[in-house]
Amino acid sequence: MRGYEPMSSDDPIALKIVVGGGFGVGKTTMIGSVSEIKPLSTEETLTSASSGTGTDRLEGIENKSTTTVALDFGRITLQKQNMVLLLFGTPGQQRFWFTWDDLSLGAIGAVVLADTRRLLDCFAAVEYFESRDVPFVVAVNEFDADDAYRYSSEEVREALELKADVPVLLCDARDPASAKHVLVSLVSYAHAVSLRRARERAVQAPPAAPPLQHSSDLGATS
Amino acid sequence: MAALDGTPWVDDDEHEVRPYALTGGRTRPTNEMSLSSLLKARATAPEGYLSPEAAHCLALCRGEARSVAEVAATLGQPVQVAKILLSDLLDAGALIMAMPTRTADPKDPNLLEAVLEGLRTYVV
Ligand SMILES: Nc1nc2c(ncn2[C@@H]2O[C@H](COP(=O)(O)OP(=O)(O)O)[C@@H](O)[C@H]2O)c(=O)[nH]1
Ligand SMILES: [Mg+2]
Repeated sequence: MRGYEPMSSDDPIALKIVVGGGFGVGKTTMIGSVSEIKPLSTEETLTSASSGTGTDRLEGIENKSTTTVALDFGRITLQKQNMVLLLFGTPGQQRFWFTWDDLSLGAIGAVVLADTRRLLDCFAAVEYFESRDVPFVVAVNEFDADDAYRYSSEEVREALELKADVPVLLCDARDPASAKHVLVSLVSYAHAVSLRRARERAVQAPPAAPPLQHSSDLGATS
Repeated sequence: MAALDGTPWVDDDEHEVRPYALTGGRTRPTNEMSLSSLLKARATAPEGYLSPEAAHCLALCRGEARSVAEVAATLGQPVQVAKILLSDLLDAGALIMAMPTRTADPKDPNLLEAVLEGLRTYVV
């Protein structure tokens, strides 16, 4: 199981983690509190021309119907592993779903940030990551730990119709240790999912003998 | 064209793409790269003139490999503009794309185990 021993001479691997959720839920704050650089923001230019077709979303940029989507960026370098984790924060509206396709392709997984005062704002993100088979955790950012809107993680799970294995955790996006804990939970969950998938593949692989038998039967009758 | 929720993609003119002055009007990079592609500067300085923005890109990728997303965000330019500038630097031989010898399959349990180990010991 030691396939990823660090090797000093090779280039780092870049891996993505997406932070999604409704507006004002604390995405920028969370990325800022775990990132080793101050959070940066950039914009991705998108066109309506490419939104329906899929492959190269930036083709046809000269087309007039362009729009931009803000993207938060943070970085965590894992020196010993020779890896760099790239954190991307992205707005959670449905009209930005095509940005998520680019972001979630090849991503380890996603953190869906939720605010209990507006819990259903993150429903679109939950639905998206579920449908794309991207491992995700739901992190409830507790804006005010003793306010009246407090939910238990079970209530959150029920309201968002989450599968039983999807981790739900409470966090404080401003607290680096708390934000790091969310990322550790996500990677731990993604790891568990990958192991389960590997086991399922091993079980599903059919034995090779019967088809051979069958083809020789066919040969004899023709 | 409408978005999935029925609202139009473009709802105000403010979001029209700005002129690509920095790229000489070009809208596409010559090299394919993604937000998470990592680039690093070659030891030898490129010959010829570099625009201040191109020089900035190059400086950012010196020492350690940097992602397209980070270069764009540091420059304060849209991702597509950064891609074109970086692509030109690749063509000029000033930059190289990082080529990890290991594959970055994010569904590989071994890889995820290594990430987990690294993240657990990461000091925030
Ligand atoms: N009290 C409190 N405020 C927070 C917390 N997380 C974020 N905020 C504030 O909420 C606002 C929106 O957060 P932001 O990170 O910009 O949300 P985003 O739109 O998801 O990126 C900012 O003013 C933050 O300072 C939190 O846990 N507690
Ligand atoms: Mg934000």
